[in-house]
Amino acid sequence: MMHINGVEIEDTFAEAFKMWGARLIITAVNQHWALTAAQVATGFATSVIACGCEAGIEAVIPADETPDGRPGVSILVFTMGRKGMEDQLIRRVGQCIMTCPTTTCFNALESEERVTIGGKLRYFGDGFQISKLLEGRRLWRIPVMEGEFLVEESFSVKKAIGGGNFLILGQSPEVTLEAAERAVEAMEKVKGVVMPFPGGIVRSGSKTTSKYKFLRASTNTAYCPTIRRQTESALPEGVNSVLEIVIDGLDEGAVREATRVGILAACIPGIVRISAGNYGGMLGQYQIYLQEVLADV
Amino acid sequence: MSEVTLVLREKSNIPIEADAIRPDIFADKSYQEIEALPLYHGNKERKLGEIFEVRGERSDRIRVIGDLSHIKKIGYGMKGGRIVIEGNVGMHLGATMEGGEIVVDGNASDWLGAEMRGGLIRVKGDAGNLIGAAYRGSKRGMNRGTIIVEGNAGDGVGELMRRGLIVIVGDARDFVGVRMIAGSIIVFGKIGERSGAGMKRGTIVTFQEPRLLPTFRYDCTYSPAFLRVYLRAIRGYGLEIREDYITGSYKRYNGDISELGKGEILIYERKT
Repeated sequence: MMHINGVEIEDTFAEAFKMWGARLIITAVNQHWALTAAQVATGFATSVIACGCEAGIEAVIPADETPDGRPGVSILVFTMGRKGMEDQLIRRVGQCIMTCPTTTCFNALESEERVTIGGKLRYFGDGFQISKLLEGRRLWRIPVMEGEFLVEESFSVKKAIGGGNFLILGQSPEVTLEAAERAVEAMEKVKGVVMPFPGGIVRSGSKTTSKYKFLRASTNTAYCPTIRRQTESALPEGVNSVLEIVIDGLDEGAVREATRVGILAACIPGIVRISAGNYGGMLGQYQIYLQEVLADV
Repeated sequence: MSEVTLVLREKSNIPIEADAIRPDIFADKSYQEIEALPLYHGNKERKLGEIFEVRGERSDRIRVIGDLSHIKKIGYGMKGGRIVIEGNVGMHLGATMEGGEIVVDGNASDWLGAEMRGGLIRVKGDAGNLIGAAYRGSKRGMNRGTIIVEGNAGDGVGELMRRGLIVIVGDARDFVGVRMIAGSIIVFGKIGERSGAGMKRGTIVTFQEPRLLPTFRYDCTYSPAFLRVYLRAIRGYGLEIREDYITGSYKRYNGDISELGKGEILIYERKT
């Protein structure tokens, strides 16, 4: 049995799925507005089940590293399909970034596969939009009331991985939340991943069945402490709270690295066990064994 | 792959057409085959080896040395590779080229990059008239690619230009962007008369107050985001671009309303 700082690492795996990923850089006159646009564009994007995509802020980009030399933020967006990505990006860039004062939006991923975003949003310009082609990169200038919205014609998409996860089982809600916060803080430093739930943390993990026919998913009963005696519980004695961290990444390596640093940061006094969510290996294409990613620790 | 060096044997007053000097032609040619390539010396066909001393073989990197101001069409239609010219060079340099890079450590003559479709031409000195323009009777000039002239330029820069970027670090004479269809021309020095005459779309950027045609109308003063991207990209070529040019405000004039009227002249106004 593996332990880190006295915390049991369960011999189990996170089951993750093939997804499509995109990376966008949003810039604005200052960090406040770049972050505002990024937060709105990645809002209501916690789970593909009900939101259409999963998205989050990847990093704050210094001004000297953005295409237009202004403060920027990179966001990652994940969908189950390529078509869904185009649909989501058109909605989110159009409604959340174009509408936000001073912003511009650039592709920030290298890939042959591309979806057309600016090339469709340009019609908002009502015939007054202007195309600019610079070193093979086509940009659209869309006139807006504030001035101009600059957006790239197309955005690269690549096969990615979503649904990496681990569960933090703690003695109290307070310590479990603190462990989860520490984990997210450490994981945010890993490039190429986002944790799409609020603050990177999920309190209402789900299972893929329900007693109700009209519902595809329901609460993860095995990990709910309040119904421990009414269900087949997976909770050891002494556990009174569980939080989950879900990880989407542009490649498996990034998800594994985020899992590793997240678990290490979460292993604090008061945490009993680290586990992971899976479907017995029947649904996902990736299996990320917790003890394997921590093997070198 | 080492480079092929061509050293001009002697200066002549008779023009020479040297469209065989192309990296994609040289790439698989032996020393003897390069020497045997045809050039036109006036109306007579001569071998390249008679005009130039050849050093090296089988390379898509070419260095041409000498006063080549009477030699035309170097790099004409090239698709890749690199040509470095040490000295002045004649007309039609890199015209219709589709890719690759030409660097001139000297001055270039007229029709530089005329109707080019891709690649980069960089002239460290001055260039002549009709940079990136359309040949007489053609509908379109330059259509993709980048031309950078670090000195001054003559008349008709980007005439009938369709796409691409022309940067003039020094002054440009009259008719900049005349009948321009689209694309971007950025002139850091003074700009001559009748800029943008007949332009349909496209952008002309100037940092000195020009005398505009009456067919251009003032729209607003703003800081164009795309220009920040362009100027930063130009910095990437090692050119010194003032920070206030990147962050500053520009007056936008729309025209030429005697034509389609979707073009623009952006005039640098102030720091922001």
